[in-house]
Amino acid sequence: MNKIVDSQRAAASPFSRRRFLIVSAGTSALFGFMRPGFAATDVPTPKMFEPTIWYSIDANGAVTVSITKAEMGQHVGTALARIVADELEADWSKVQLDYVDTDPKWGPMVTGGSWSVWSSFLPLSQAGAAGRMALIEAGARLMNVNKAACSAQGGAVVCGLRVISYGQIITQSNLNRVYTADELKQMPVKQPADRHLIGYEAAAIDIPSKTNGTARYGIDAQIDGMVYARPKIPPTRNGSKVISVDDSAAKSIKGYLGNKVLDDPSNTVPGWVMVFADSYPAAIRAADAVNVVWSAGDTANVSEQDILDHGTALIADKTGGVLVVDDAGIDVAFSNAKSTLEQTYTTSSVLHFQMEPLNALALEKDGVFEIHCGNQWQSLILPVLATALGVGEDKIVMRTYLLGGGFGRRLNGDYIVPAALATQAVGKPVKMVCTRADDARFDSFRSPSVQTLRMAFGEDGKATAMTHDATAGWPTQVMAPAFMAKGVNDALYDPFAISGANHWYNVGAQRVRAISNDLANHAFRPGWLRSVGPGWTNWAVESFMDEAAHKAGVDPVVFRLRMLDGTGRNAGSAPYAVGGALRQANVLKLAAEKAGWGNSMPENTGLGVATTFGQERDMPTWVACVARVSVDRQTGLVRLEKLTLVVDAGTIVHPDGALAQVQGGALWGVSMALYEGTEFTAGEVADTNLGTYTPLRMGDVPEMDIEFIESTEAPTGLGEPATTVVAPAIANAIFAATGTRLRHLPMRPQDVLQASAKLNA
Amino acid sequence: MTSFHLNGQAVSVDIPDDTPLLWVIRDDIGLTGTKFGCGIGMCGACTVHVDGRAQRSCITPVGAVEGAAITTIEGLSPNGQHPLQTAWVEAQAPQCGYCQSGQIMQAATLLLDFPSPSAEDITAVMHGNLCRCMAYIRIRKAILLAAPQLRGSEPT
Repeated sequence: MNKIVDSQRAAASPFSRRRFLIVSAGTSALFGFMRPGFAATDVPTPKMFEPTIWYSIDANGAVTVSITKAEMGQHVGTALARIVADELEADWSKVQLDYVDTDPKWGPMVTGGSWSVWSSFLPLSQAGAAGRMALIEAGARLMNVNKAACSAQGGAVVCGLRVISYGQIITQSNLNRVYTADELKQMPVKQPADRHLIGYEAAAIDIPSKTNGTARYGIDAQIDGMVYARPKIPPTRNGSKVISVDDSAAKSIKGYLGNKVLDDPSNTVPGWVMVFADSYPAAIRAADAVNVVWSAGDTANVSEQDILDHGTALIADKTGGVLVVDDAGIDVAFSNAKSTLEQTYTTSSVLHFQMEPLNALALEKDGVFEIHCGNQWQSLILPVLATALGVGEDKIVMRTYLLGGGFGRRLNGDYIVPAALATQAVGKPVKMVCTRADDARFDSFRSPSVQTLRMAFGEDGKATAMTHDATAGWPTQVMAPAFMAKGVNDALYDPFAISGANHWYNVGAQRVRAISNDLANHAFRPGWLRSVGPGWTNWAVESFMDEAAHKAGVDPVVFRLRMLDGTGRNAGSAPYAVGGALRQANVLKLAAEKAGWGNSMPENTGLGVATTFGQERDMPTWVACVARVSVDRQTGLVRLEKLTLVVDAGTIVHPDGALAQVQGGALWGVSMALYEGTEFTAGEVADTNLGTYTPLRMGDVPEMDIEFIESTEAPTGLGEPATTVVAPAIANAIFAATGTRLRHLPMRPQDVLQASAKLNA
Repeated sequence: MTSFHLNGQAVSVDIPDDTPLLWVIRDDIGLTGTKFGCGIGMCGACTVHVDGRAQRSCITPVGAVEGAAITTIEGLSPNGQHPLQTAWVEAQAPQCGYCQSGQIMQAATLLLDFPSPSAEDITAVMHGNLCRCMAYIRIRKAILLAAPQLRGSEPT
């Protein structure tokens, strides 16, 4: 065992309290972090008002908001607490966050899809309003005045010159009003003009702890008596079996404790071997020294090209797939067309490469399995863990930590299963940490995709019909089949792997066909990766719109605006899509204007445009982007000079957090357009660390001009929409600069050179 | 037995010399603000100061820091109020925050070498620190906010 003779120890174990808390900046003397006095489970607070499960107010007037969403960089706790506090008329400086552990009372726990603010806005507003009404009533009673003469502000009830704070009300009365779900649903909420937190600037509550080392991520979890584990990842994601394990070379490694072939009834991690040691560096070395012989699954020789070729064949087979949109008259429109255009677009595999490598600490205590890690979809993995461990879901609790990046990787909680099985097998707490290469090999990365689009043109270059066939691995089919959607022929499809193709352009008759790439689904575990399907469907739609505009001889902005007329099914409807395609037209016009669309450009420099509705038709975030690039024709190097983005996400709750999401989301788009992408080779990803995998870094950041449309419409999502517009805008700009059309992501310098050589040949 | 100073305190550890300093700091000593990202010195999340300069602790063997003074994010300032830390909050730089300890420790060395850094200086030094949330715009802004503060508080 490693021995510490004299050292510093972290002051407090993260497990001394059941939950961890982060408080508002400025309210704590040292780090603005962890005020144990507020921990409800530790300190018997004499009086507490808890009108709903979403927050409590103590006798000091401190409001603790329950956050069931994963904190992974979006400052979601701040946004959600601002929604509660605005309606509650709370004193913002007394608001703190409680990132809760799993409990059935929270309902489904999932953080993804850019859904958090969109789905929480109304329920949390109503919860806050309920508390305000109860406090006004109690405050009026205590002041002996008519409640109709009272109002609430700044954490107090006010009647004329008389004021009583929420803390005083809770201290002086037995306020125990609890609202039922039905009562909350009926609760009226404020008019936008009456808000004074929502839409106003606020420092994110989680930030100070992220500047001084006190923020706790899953990888920071420690518990007495735990052993470290590193997995031996099998040669194929599915179907691998362990033939033999030889650890003779590991036995000489100091700290090596042994290994275990996992028996996994949930079949989440077939062929996994866990290597144990008393320190993580020893586990890394021991795992390298343990020799495992596997029989690989039948995809051991599958390559990226095989998956793309299979996708091409699937598209060519007109009988397969699921029709998502299928308008009458489409075939007639194509046969009557003055002209047609058909193009195919492809994308490479993309790794999540979240900074915190996958990890989980698991232990069993009094018959309950405790899981310590960051996760985005607790409700999805809990039943899988129950199957794996052979216990009821009520015997598993997931402790909540910050996530060192999510980006969709931690929607798939598969990395928890081996830690849980290992602790069950060895009877000790097990902390499994993946090395970076383990993490990459075990990634559920973004599937390669193939898409073929066709347009029929009538008189004056007007679109009369459009088809879009798209195929890729389907994460939802593999991991969450209950969330599949029904197509027009009642067949099931992954809605997140086609969204975007069902765009808001009026193109005449439309057909959208979603096709599952079964070879991809079998060869690896396709994952949800920031912006999911819209990250590549819009690559095709918006590249194709540009090509169609040029074919029609119409300016690409004008071409799009003509079809974004907000009529028919694209008129939009309440509650989330009021205004429909006209709002998309608005962001497009504004982005073009701001970027100087139509101005003449220097040689080898061009502007390209793209516009999308973000993630889903029933939660549209209207986005437009103009990219300005210059291309070095000798080297093929694309220099992204500037991105102009205009975003309409309805009501913006936390403006600076929203801006950060658009900045980061757009730069993810840049990274996937120009800098990152891997290749599936012999059953595995080719790139497993930063030596060859090259995401965007500081020197690659372009000038950015980002504007939000001021709006009081219902809020939609912001984590992903900006990602969806960038790649096609860049490709269209490369075309404007050079006449070279690129139809594969990422766009590397050699692709530019090859395409221009072809153009000149 | 390796002896060094960590955040001003004398430390002796009985750990194989070739163990990466990162794990000694995180798991043996228990200061978890320093992060594991890539393990090959290419992401910068594990950056600490060795004798006052930024170094990647994931590829620094503990035996190599015998007698050295190590500073981690926890020791950059006694109360978490180093000008870089307050600038980081002012610029609202972190998103997930996982890389930020390393970013801040790297930025401290940047400002030691370039008290009035140009945009190019910042890029040249900070390009080695990966931020997967891509908070680069704000990291740059925070460095520019901190620079005059540091020039003022530590005149040369």
